[in-house]
Amino acid sequence: MASSPSYDLNRVRAAARADTEVNFGFWAYLMSDVVLFSMLFLAYVNLSQRFAGGPTPADIFSLHGVFLETMALLASSLTFGLAMVSLHQGRKNHIIGWLLATAVLGIYFLWHEVSEFVHIIHEGASFTRSGFLSAYFGLVGTHGAHVFFGLIWIATMIAQLAVKGLTPPVASRLARLSLFWHFLDLVWICVFSTVYLPGILAGGSS
Amino acid sequence: MSHSDDATPGHAPTARGYVMGYLAALVLTLIPFGAVYYDLMSQGAILLVIAITAVLQLGVHLRFFLHLDMSQEQRWNTISVLFSVFTMFVMVGGTLWLFYSLYARHMMIGY
Repeated sequence: MASSPSYDLNRVRAAARADTEVNFGFWAYLMSDVVLFSMLFLAYVNLSQRFAGGPTPADIFSLHGVFLETMALLASSLTFGLAMVSLHQGRKNHIIGWLLATAVLGIYFLWHEVSEFVHIIHEGASFTRSGFLSAYFGLVGTHGAHVFFGLIWIATMIAQLAVKGLTPPVASRLARLSLFWHFLDLVWICVFSTVYLPGILAGGSS
Repeated sequence: MSHSDDATPGHAPTARGYVMGYLAALVLTLIPFGAVYYDLMSQGAILLVIAITAVLQLGVHLRFFLHLDMSQEQRWNTISVLFSVFTMFVMVGGTLWLFYSLYARHMMIGY
């Protein structure tokens, strides 16, 4: 039965529980990430008015672009949720489909963010220009790096689902990836509410 | 903490729950973006709207996407979040207080 597609769905579901030791351990890591991001937000708030004669948030942020990024990441939280619903139903192909949708939305988000960074740097406003820009690239870049590693993880899990099938260890990893991905959306709410919207607002009407 | 034996399935997430969470989050995103885009209120009022909708949306995500509650399965996750939030307030609040007090003493505010 080792390579057979049939498996015990109850064991798959049990592996995805939040109170298994590995999943609680991963949650503890996420809480340490909360501390990391707190410090980056703190640095941003402290440095957000230190322009050193360089560009201000209103010069380099685009409300339109941030809105599209936000919509993509929020929709990817929904698609990942639906992947977890499929996990509890034991539908492997549905999980892969929802993971692919999540990856597409994540890639769209990251592509948008990277082109925004490139655009800002081309205008001569790289992270060395001012305290504001150092803190901005530090905070938003760290979030983007997390999304990047999340995408690698999604690709890995799609491959594992395809090769190993929906085994309890794979279900357990998917449960942790789901926490990671939803956590990134949570951080992004703080990013657009602390960095982008107040920054654009301070520059007058859009 | 691990009260489950291997065959305890845990709470099954539902598509309905995720869609409800998504719609609530969507509304709580459109409100602050709309407030900034249409510039309907004073800056202070818009900042307040951004802050309130952000906190509400964090709650929606924690509830509907991360499924935090005081059930047996989620209790320790929820307690660790509460502890992290407390730690965060001490560090962020304490540091901001310290820095603004420093700036005020050196009369550096708004330079």
